Amino acid sequence: MTERRGRIALGVALVAVALVIPFLFGPYRVGQFTLVLAYAVAVLGLNLLVGYNGQISLGHGAFFALGAYTAALLIEKASVPYLLTLPAAAVVCFAAGFLFGVPALRLHGLYLALVTLGLAIALPQLIKRFDELTEGTQGLTVEQPVSPSWLPLEDDQFLYLLTLAVAALMFLIAWNLTRGQLGRAIKAVRDGEIPASTLGVNLAATKTRVFALSAAYAGVAGALYVFAIGFVAPEAFTLTVSFAFLAAIVVGGLATISGALLGALFIEFVPVYASDVNDALTGVIYGGVLIAFMWFLPDGAAGLPRRLRALLARREAGDERRAEPEPAAIATEHKLPADKAPAGKA
Amino acid sequence: MRAVRILWLAVVLSACLAVTACGRGGDDDGADPGISDDSIKLGGSYPLSGPASAYRSIEQGAQAHFKFVNAKGGVDGREIEFVTLDDAYEPPRAVQNARRLIEEEEVFALFNTLGTANNVAIWDYANKQEVPHLFVATGASLWGADLEAHPWTSGWQPDYVTESQVYADFLEKEKPNAKVAVLYQNDAFGEDLLNGFKKATEGTDIEVVAEESYEVTDPTVSSQMSKLASSDADTFLNITTPKFGAQAIVAADKLGWKVLHIINNVSASKLLVLEPAGLEKAQGLISTAYFKDPASPDWTDDQSMKEFKQALAEHEPKANPEDPNCVFGWAAAQTMVEALKGMEEPTRQALMDSVRGLDVKVPILLPGIEVKTSEDDGYPIEAMQIMRFEGENWVLQDEVIQAPH
Repeated sequence: MTERRGRIALGVALVAVALVIPFLFGPYRVGQFTLVLAYAVAVLGLNLLVGYNGQISLGHGAFFALGAYTAALLIEKASVPYLLTLPAAAVVCFAAGFLFGVPALRLHGLYLALVTLGLAIALPQLIKRFDELTEGTQGLTVEQPVSPSWLPLEDDQFLYLLTLAVAALMFLIAWNLTRGQLGRAIKAVRDGEIPASTLGVNLAATKTRVFALSAAYAGVAGALYVFAIGFVAPEAFTLTVSFAFLAAIVVGGLATISGALLGALFIEFVPVYASDVNDALTGVIYGGVLIAFMWFLPDGAAGLPRRLRALLARREAGDERRAEPEPAAIATEHKLPADKAPAGKA
Repeated sequence: MRAVRILWLAVVLSACLAVTACGRGGDDDGADPGISDDSIKLGGSYPLSGPASAYRSIEQGAQAHFKFVNAKGGVDGREIEFVTLDDAYEPPRAVQNARRLIEEEEVFALFNTLGTANNVAIWDYANKQEVPHLFVATGASLWGADLEAHPWTSGWQPDYVTESQVYADFLEKEKPNAKVAVLYQNDAFGEDLLNGFKKATEGTDIEVVAEESYEVTDPTVSSQMSKLASSDADTFLNITTPKFGAQAIVAADKLGWKVLHIINNVSASKLLVLEPAGLEKAQGLISTAYFKDPASPDWTDDQSMKEFKQALAEHEPKANPEDPNCVFGWAAAQTMVEALKGMEEPTRQALMDSVRGLDVKVPILLPGIEVKTSEDDGYPIEAMQIMRFEGENWVLQDEVIQAPH
């Protein structure tokens, strides 16, 4: 029971930290954290697909872009209140993800990766192609949410807290999902499709649903991104974005919820600090850190506690073994029968 | 165990917070930030890394000029500090850089931010914060088109509309019945030049008979070039960035397509485009210029060129003195310094007043090219000169062509 209380206390502490951020920092830093939360939602969606379901997508930047443009166009061209653009982006991307997921069912591994890569490459072109709608290469400036007058918050603080609320909701949904029946089905599909189907899991339905859901997450993240940045252009949604999300799940940890947040922190802050260190070597530093993570922490940063505990446990076991005298020595000293097994760890 | 994982998450977050903590900024005391009795702070966002990092030499040229001016006592005794951040040519990073420069670094003005999309991403914010957003490094015609909507923003270089007008004027003189095939980059830059050219040739006998576009992410332009070469055009207008400009030159040569070849100013670099393509293929190429070419022997004894190369060697030794981007940065920085000198008070509004009433000499620009603005004219430079590639160098032709809006 103390463990449970400890868990709750830690959860509360985490929430407290998250809530206090906008009052500790200036608008620029708060804006960065807002983006971290938006990216975390996208990374969470991708993690559902890759970590929990074992599929691959190199194209989630495309769903991110789709969500961003949906929100941007609804706000600027249809005067839709910005809060409604969140479910709109989710629905549009869910549908797109579903439509994409159905043909993708036939594909696995490398082939699925290539097709999703194609999607990521095609999307900026599509944005430019329909430039009467999307304003094409010029980009579209979007009015950002402002703090309502009845709240004593500044714009950046309000935006951060709004993004935090949405991100928390998305995390809660994912957390609930992975613990429920669908979650078990999702993981079963990853661990082995044939055994899963013999256990009654509908492979096609599960896989397309997960694809659509992860796309919806990326879409919501895209809408949050638009609120935070206030501008969309095809240049903002190149392949780099899709790769950044993948890097985030590698760094954060596959099949973990908390990993999404750690990964998002990585992709937001490391490029900025890498260029502060040496702007000619930004790419090298970013790549180097990524490789270091893959080498030393293949489970991602979220796997670090587990590794530390395993390391400590091994140390303890080693100490205990060293503390025990050799069985033969005991036998000689105390003249115990040699075949009596010593107490303690074997 | 979930508890340990949550604890770990809290530790990481706290570490991030501790490392980056800075208190909530208080209100300023009314004076404009970034300027004091002995210093002025300017901020810029450049693609110091990433696909457009070839343009980082612009930043080197600008820094060299500011340091050169500081060594001579600065502007009215104030030393200029130019803080630059990397945006890797990505609009969201440009937005964050603008916020960081204005809110954390508290710069007096933004200077020479590079990239059309990047500047569009930040100009609403800069204008709302009433921070001068000056001499942006892009040739889009946007910056001077509506001074009322964005009163704090100013372009600098001859924009793409001016440039296309100069090509139209040149063709009207040399080849009034030209049939033009166009290769253009499918973005704001390419569209601006193409549409500018079409508008400038309205009512003339010059006709665009074929057009092909390409994406920045395309590996080659060979299929577009084949299609253009098989049209009945007798003139080729090459609206590309350096990598693709070189490819187009090589492709035209391979296809045996010998027509009048006009290449846009962005891709006219001997260093970055012509040498990789092969100088023998570049003979007879036409382009435009507005500043002195550091690689050309014409300017070896020119005072402003010598000054530039000396300062570059002293203050930015890693820069390549034959890189025209360095001259671009130098010239833009010089314009900035002149604007600062024209301030009647040390305030941002006074800086904007100076920017809207410029009439300054920047000697490293070609003779005959002026830097002039007014309340109605938001385009500082509106003239260019045609140049032709002969032998190993660009040779300036005729006179400077004025192409006001």
